[in-house]
Amino acid sequence: MSAELISETSRADIDRWVAKYPEDQKQSAAMAALRIVQDQNGGHLTQELMDAVAEYLQMPAIHVYEVATFYSMYEHKPQGKHKLCVCTNISCMLRNSKQVVDHLQERLNIGFGEVTEDGLFSLKEVECLGACVNAPVMQVGEHYHEHLDPAKIDELLDALRKEG
Amino acid sequence: MANQVCFRNNHLENSWTLEAYQSNGGYEVLKKILSEKTPAEELIEDIKLSNLRGRGGAGFPTGIKWSFMPRNAPGQKYIVCNSDEGEPGTCKDRDILRYNPHQLIEGMIIAGYCIGASAGYNYIRGEFWEPYSRFESALEEARAAGILGENIFGSGFDFTLDAHLGAGAYVCGEETALLNSIEGKKGQPRFKPPFPAGFGLYGRPTTINNTESLASIPVILAKGGQWFLDLGLPSAGGEKLFSVSGHVNKPGNYEVPMGTPFSELLEMAGGVREGHQLKAVIPGGSSTPVVPGEQMMEVNMDYDSIAAAGSMLGAGSVIVIDETACMPRILERLSYFYYEESCGQCTPCREGTGWLYRVLQRIEAGNGSNEDLDLLDNVASNIEGNTICALGDAAAMPVRSFLKHYRDEFQYHIDHSTCMVKSDW
Ligand SMILES: Cc1cc2nc3c(=O)[nH]c(=O)nc-3n(C[C@H](O)[C@H](O)[C@H](O)COP(=O)(O)O)c2cc1C
Ligand code: SF4
Ligand code: FES
Repeated sequence: MSAELISETSRADIDRWVAKYPEDQKQSAAMAALRIVQDQNGGHLTQELMDAVAEYLQMPAIHVYEVATFYSMYEHKPQGKHKLCVCTNISCMLRNSKQVVDHLQERLNIGFGEVTEDGLFSLKEVECLGACVNAPVMQVGEHYHEHLDPAKIDELLDALRKEG
Repeated sequence: MANQVCFRNNHLENSWTLEAYQSNGGYEVLKKILSEKTPAEELIEDIKLSNLRGRGGAGFPTGIKWSFMPRNAPGQKYIVCNSDEGEPGTCKDRDILRYNPHQLIEGMIIAGYCIGASAGYNYIRGEFWEPYSRFESALEEARAAGILGENIFGSGFDFTLDAHLGAGAYVCGEETALLNSIEGKKGQPRFKPPFPAGFGLYGRPTTINNTESLASIPVILAKGGQWFLDLGLPSAGGEKLFSVSGHVNKPGNYEVPMGTPFSELLEMAGGVREGHQLKAVIPGGSSTPVVPGEQMMEVNMDYDSIAAAGSMLGAGSVIVIDETACMPRILERLSYFYYEESCGQCTPCREGTGWLYRVLQRIEAGNGSNEDLDLLDNVASNIEGNTICALGDAAAMPVRSFLKHYRDEFQYHIDHSTCMVKSDW
């Protein structure tokens, strides 16, 4: 029973999503379920977890893999505890997102798609985050950090380090 | 005049709460409609009169869209709100969700009433966790107050509303991809026909509208279609949210009348970055053609005026670019975006966006050849009109317009293997 990989709390959370959709449309909760088990697993999905979601929602595993590989917020490799998602699209670019990227790469000593040795941070280049008037923007977990400059970034990195 | 429609409550303290919303007349028009049982046809006529045009980008009149729904057909029908907001330059719906979520909820309930739907979903992009939480809290408040659920205000009308969260995919903003995504599938656009009004979410009749369109509804019906029409132009009623980003002193979302001169909007946004000059404007989001600055200064912010300048109002996402910009570099970044976000279903889009990106990349890197500019034009024209959804066109259009207006910069890159313009960013 691979569905057992899903924790009690995650199940309760998934069940809340299932309840939003018509009774015969459980698979509508697949996207939420994948996000929930990804969080449970510290930020990335595994084959076992995808299978568990398929079993839990009674849908074909292949269907779950398709969803899990289509959307950019699902990860298939270990990530840092804090995933720093930096927008480099047009409005951010015009407001010097390059400086944000350079500064982060220098401070963390990693490139896009990499994780710091201590496992604390990973860096990801993302498309427009829909906060263009507050550019340059970066998403970390549930939060947006806006109007970024090197000083703000340093402050944020220190705070995240303290958090551990 | 400004902030008359979707931003009308933003000045209130904790404007996102039910209490604040109701203090400014919130849910009054819904209550009136439900208690008087106003015929849906009458409401739809008023919305037609308002000439509210869809705020998601295509500008289709909302009242006409609603009249396509088989409202009396038996069985479930849906109203779906598009809060996917992924078009680069666009960030207005986020502020509606954050600051005025109840107005969107009221708009969706009224929409449901008008099109005969007793259920709705709001599709919110996955990155918008904070706006999503705001919206969820507003839903909770509305449910607890008997404004959502069964027998709303004791009227006998039932309506349920839930939020769906995306997970990162620009193409899910396309309405049929969005429906597939709610169904728990890959977000790939569907062939049309059938259209959603006949075969939409879970195969049921469905209307999809943008967040700003739906949030405008309560104000239109409270004050009258004529009032809204008079705010704007006969060809496009109302005020519209414009996200002004890029090289301006005060980037922000500004809600101003349709037809406001671009020069005025620019002034509201604090003018072009200190010490710089206007070079170009992308008036409606990254998918709309770029317009040279001096030409843009003569344009008004409405569909017809912007079309006459060769571009589109789109979602009202005004990207301001000053003289420090290297246009090939910008276009390279945009072409990467479309290449990344193509869902891969249609060959012209899947292959074409890859071609465009690779050619622009080599031009920008200083390895372009003289044939490359014609090649870009060719690839773009092979995409246009040959795809299932408009993402293909959206990838091609910027290429055409950048080459049309800034060909010399591309040529310079090819001839000198370096930028004609040096950016400080
Ligand atoms: C690639 C693509 C992305 C889109 N993204 C959005 C979006 O983020 N938000 C939106 O409202 N409409 C978006 N649209 C337009 C929708 O398909 C649809 O026309 C719109 O939601 C209808 O609402 P409206 O009539 O109220 O404008 C997109 C279209 C395409 C082709
Ligand atoms: S045009 Fe592009 S994004 Fe749209 S359906 Fe075709 S391949 Fe997918
Ligand atoms: S371009 Fe960066 S948030 Fe939109």
